[in-house]
Amino acid sequence: MHELSLCGDLMEQVLAIAKAHHAKKIVSIIVRIGPLSGIEPMLLESAFSISRAGTLAEEAQMFTETLPIRVQCNSCGAESKAVINNLICGSCGDFNTKLLSGDELILARVELETADASPIN
Amino acid sequence: MCNTCGCNVTAGNRHLLFQQPQKKTVTAISVLSNLLKHNDQQAQLNRAKLDAHGILAINLMSSPGSGKTALLEATIQRLKDKFRIAVIEGDLETENDAERIRAQGVPAYQITTGTACHLDAHLTQHALEHLNLSEIDLLFIENVGNLVCPASFDLGHHRNVTLLSVTEGDDKPAKYPVMFRAADLMLITKTDLLPYLDDFSPAKAERCQRALASDVPIFALSSRSGEGLATWLQWLENEVSQHKLRVQQNQTLQPRVQQDGHKSHRQPPEIRFRPV
Repeated sequence: MHELSLCGDLMEQVLAIAKAHHAKKIVSIIVRIGPLSGIEPMLLESAFSISRAGTLAEEAQMFTETLPIRVQCNSCGAESKAVINNLICGSCGDFNTKLLSGDELILARVELETADASPIN
Repeated sequence: MCNTCGCNVTAGNRHLLFQQPQKKTVTAISVLSNLLKHNDQQAQLNRAKLDAHGILAINLMSSPGSGKTALLEATIQRLKDKFRIAVIEGDLETENDAERIRAQGVPAYQITTGTACHLDAHLTQHALEHLNLSEIDLLFIENVGNLVCPASFDLGHHRNVTLLSVTEGDDKPAKYPVMFRAADLMLITKTDLLPYLDDFSPAKAERCQRALASDVPIFALSSRSGEGLATWLQWLENEVSQHKLRVQQNQTLQPRVQQDGHKSHRQPPEIRFRPV
């Protein structure tokens, strides 16, 4: 159950973004999770429902996107899909592979309700 | 998958379904920042502090009862005349492990986490304040016995050592891939018990570890009989001397997994407004 302590970090980042943009409230939070990050999306969502109480994110929805595990072989160069406890090359079977995706833990997007939403930049 | 009970709505597409009518007052911001940013920043500070004193920090992780403290006792007995060693102990309750370490004549600080199942960079920072860093060459951080959560937290250490005792299953790396993939070194412990256990195969444990695309060294040893300890002690000595050279050149070392993760996924922090 370290999802709850992780959620502390998440809330801090999200609230800082909301404050920087003078948001009235946080509408939604989108998080990208790779299976090898060790984070369980469902547990993170339930931890979030506890952490958000009494903050600008009180009514916010959290959406988690699970990313696929992909590896690249250092021997034959092939890219292949892998599963969490078998990261060997799908093409030649060598274990000398590099993880391309699957261990991410990324706060991807935040939707804020602001008084004025005119695009900047 | 159907449109009757809603099972075709997944975490990945739910936001499309519930997308709010285009409200002028809603702003979407792309962030792409690591969720563990706060912990990782503290970890970098801890690492810088350790490097400033030329200390090599090793994080020991395993299930409860796999022999982390016994390994430390055996290691300290054999290395304390060569290096100045200190230990940070992580447990939910009691000072027992720190007392076992102090009995070996080296300083130990016990972190009691209460109910938290892992150490993090902030708990480690607090513990570092209780140690005299100018009198340490080698710092062991004995993490809370747990094969799940400790793997996700950078403490500011340099190397992850993961223990697997022969009284556990030899397929543990396949069952707990996040933890075992994080290892910079894997130790198979309590090998003196192997003659009594017909269901643990060190070769199978190694196969399961290699399936995680892990090419790290694997040593088998027994803290009780001393068998195999020499290879582990030699590894430690090399690591300490390499780290001293590294910090002299103002370089540092991150545990393998964190290093790889940063290399392959780090994207410049990006915040922008986008009309929804």
